[in-house]
Amino acid sequence: MIELRQLTKHYGNIVAVDGLDLHIEKGEIFALLGPNGAGKTTTIRMLTMLTKPTGGAALINGYDVMRDLDKVKKEIGVVPQHMNLDQELTARENLELHGRLHRIPASRRQERIEELLDYVELRERAGDLVSKFSGGMKRRLMIARALMHNPKVLFLDEPTVGLDPQTRRKIWDLIRRMNNEGMTVLLTTHYIEEAEVLCHRVGIMDKGRLIALGTPRELKQKVGEVVVESFGGKDTGYKLFPSRDRALAYAGQLDGNVLIRESNLEDVFVELTGRKVGD
Amino acid sequence: MIEIDFYTVFWREMVVFRRTFVKFFASRLVSPLLYLVAFGWGLGRGIQMNGGNYLEFVVPGIIALSAMNTSFNAVGVSLNMSRLYHKTLEEYLIAPISAGAFVLGKVLAGTVRGLVASLIILALAFVFGAHLAINGWFFLVVILTCFLFAALGVVAAMTINSHEDMANFATFVILPMSFLCGTFFSPDRLPGAVAYIIEVLPLTHSSHALRALARGDGLLPVSLAVLAGYAAVLFVAGVMVVKRVR
Ligand SMILES: Nc1ncnc2c1ncn2[C@@H]1O[C@H](COP(=O)(O)OP(=O)(O)OP(=O)(O)O)[C@@H](O)[C@H]1O
Ligand SMILES: [Mg+2]
Repeated sequence: MIELRQLTKHYGNIVAVDGLDLHIEKGEIFALLGPNGAGKTTTIRMLTMLTKPTGGAALINGYDVMRDLDKVKKEIGVVPQHMNLDQELTARENLELHGRLHRIPASRRQERIEELLDYVELRERAGDLVSKFSGGMKRRLMIARALMHNPKVLFLDEPTVGLDPQTRRKIWDLIRRMNNEGMTVLLTTHYIEEAEVLCHRVGIMDKGRLIALGTPRELKQKVGEVVVESFGGKDTGYKLFPSRDRALAYAGQLDGNVLIRESNLEDVFVELTGRKVGD
Repeated sequence: MIEIDFYTVFWREMVVFRRTFVKFFASRLVSPLLYLVAFGWGLGRGIQMNGGNYLEFVVPGIIALSAMNTSFNAVGVSLNMSRLYHKTLEEYLIAPISAGAFVLGKVLAGTVRGLVASLIILALAFVFGAHLAINGWFFLVVILTCFLFAALGVVAAMTINSHEDMANFATFVILPMSFLCGTFFSPDRLPGAVAYIIEVLPLTHSSHALRALARGDGLLPVSLAVLAGYAAVLFVAGVMVVKRVR
């Protein structure tokens, strides 16, 4: 369970995170979706105690991230946005270092390392230096590392950024599998599809604020589940409708080319902010 | 549990040290070799220094400056990169280990590297025919020197916010000390004010203490105390800057 109460971070004059209130249930996969600079990483960094909040509070499984640091550290696993594996160590040594840092006894540690190498399918490359790994392999190793000490809550900051579609799906499968085993997952993304197909609930962030919150379905219902786009006629149009019938009725009056499709979270974001997530 | 935790940090450093030992060894051979050739054979041949030959005068100085440079760079450069560029420091910050354990592990690892570099020079000096009296106190002074400059490396790495400024620190602080702190000549030849500043710098006490021991004159207790004081203060400073990194 993750709870944020008016969580705030200022960097000088910049308000990176602006009074975030949020409650994430045990066993959820929750996505913070938002454009560059929305404050996603800053939120994760505060929850993982890498940055001190300017104001507000956050609890993880009941432990305060400002006060019960060592307790929180045992509860959480962290996969940061940037690659921060130890490039001078092998894959296995990276896992071993993490296990030692979390004081996992030697015999249990070795077991866990082998388990996780299989889990993320890196056994064949376990003895290679990380500097020789591809982006997808590094990301998988970062996930394995975060899981070494059996955390109950996993934070993933842009877990699939820069990966090809196939590798991205592999990571999604991995996240789903961990979640099925009981893990609470908070991830950030600016990929619409990632939030939509992987996550139970989505919080849309913009300029440090949470501007919408709900299941992907709920969010789309809120703005309209059907989109009519028209082009080539008198006017280039874009309009959202609550139902297919209403959309068809509207499309019937248009000349030129008309596209009717289901709405997605991009449409939700556009509707709420007037901008695209990618802008 | 600080005992185990500092060892974890140290263990990581030693894994990498072992893996890169040949490169380290070769690189630590070059500059002392050049110093020994230049100052021991070239310039130093025939120079008498306090009644001994110049080679025997200069070797303790070269050991002191190599101990300083190696330990400072081993910790400072890599920790600075780890904090600002590779971000591997975060792995330690999200782990339940104390700042004290982290700094101790890093500083001991830097000390080991500095000590190995010093041993390389000692071996070279014997090849060059220097006669030095080496005993346990000699190694203690070397170890203290390594320790204190490794701790200075932690302080610098955690407070300096760019790689360039880290290089500047080495150029404006470490490099002058290498040459002025009794390493190649006695600082009492320098003008008053400068000599006074030099006298309070830790490397001066390292060179003096090592030279006295190597000559067989015994331990300089004041210098030993000064080095121990610097080591303690810099270690505590290191722990403090790591604590407030968030
Ligand atoms: N260390 C810092 N110092 C100053 N400003 C910062 C710092 N870290 C983040 N910011 C600012 O805070 C805001 C939010 O940044 P953050 O990295 O949290 O965004 P993000 O949603 O993760 O974006 P992205 O999708 O690009 O990763 C930005 O305006 C950024 O410039
Ligand atoms: Mg980010």
